[in-house]
Amino acid sequence: MGWTFDGGRPLYTQLVEQLKAKIVSGEYPPGQRIPPVRELAAEAGVNPNTLQRAFSELEREGLLHAERTSGRFVTEDVSLVEYLRGEMARELADQYLDQTRQLGYSNEQAVELIRRRSEET
Amino acid sequence: MTEELLCCRGLGKQFGHKVALAGVDLSLGRGRIIGLLGPNGSGKTTLIKLANGLLTPTRGEILINGEVPGPATKAVVSYLPDASYLPSWMRVRDLVNMFDDFYADFSADRAVEMLSTLEISGAERLKHLSKGTKEKVQLVLAMSRQAQLYLLDEPIGGVDPAARDYILRTILQNYSAEATVLISTHLISDIEPVLDEAIFIQNGHILLHRPVDDIRETEGKSVDEYFREVFKC
Repeated sequence: MGWTFDGGRPLYTQLVEQLKAKIVSGEYPPGQRIPPVRELAAEAGVNPNTLQRAFSELEREGLLHAERTSGRFVTEDVSLVEYLRGEMARELADQYLDQTRQLGYSNEQAVELIRRRSEET
Repeated sequence: MTEELLCCRGLGKQFGHKVALAGVDLSLGRGRIIGLLGPNGSGKTTLIKLANGLLTPTRGEILINGEVPGPATKAVVSYLPDASYLPSWMRVRDLVNMFDDFYADFSADRAVEMLSTLEISGAERLKHLSKGTKEKVQLVLAMSRQAQLYLLDEPIGGVDPAARDYILRTILQNYSAEATVLISTHLISDIEPVLDEAIFIQNGHILLHRPVDDIRETEGKSVDEYFREVFKC
């Protein structure tokens, strides 16, 4: 999965979101070593300090942890990753409901639409 | 080593009656990538030349590591001018050797490695290279030094987008954690993701000097969009 950034929001926020997506999707599985800041910053084409800030946020949330000599690792706490997955899915659901509401759909209609679409795809 | 790498106090430069810089106060720390952004004729190149000691201030002062630009500061500053300054008859490999002789902090191995990634042959004479390739050679030479301060005046103006990405990655990978890179450009959207801070300069005045994410957060737009708004013609 590549890295793309949109204009109006801080890069730091977007890096946190994309790193979380990589953890949830299994691109960075539990216990996996994350590339060093420099290397990953060059890959993503972002400032190393900004990426460092995103790493610190993920460390604060317990999703990453740094080992003094061997680098930085994804948490081995699978339930934490599960929780994050649920949280991201809830956020998507909220966005969907919010936007269909703006189109004039009731919650029931929105749910019905999702059910039908999921059967078709 | 002081915390402050570059400092300008009331820095002014006039060419005859023309004011190029009008009392600039500026402080740059270490370990940052900073964009010096402004329209044509805003004073970007003048500021960079003053930092190099190529120009002397009309008023005020500019200090690097607390010192007036001179041999001691030039040993720790790597400068990429906005124009070609290297003798065009020289071959690329001779330029690498010349830089190796000139600068104690130059890594010939690193230069050779970057040149080969960019598929530039050491045997080429500079005058036989395209404008963009010449710029790449100059940037490789500038980034192959282990400097404390890199002053890059329009480093990506003449190169194609693919090479631009490579050059930005090169900059990201080659400056040390304590070094600061000052990039002057008007191609903001290309360099925006790699910047820590942005400086807007206009008519010789500093309009703002802020962290990039701070601008994006409070203005709700990219630095590129914000620049277009501030400098709307």
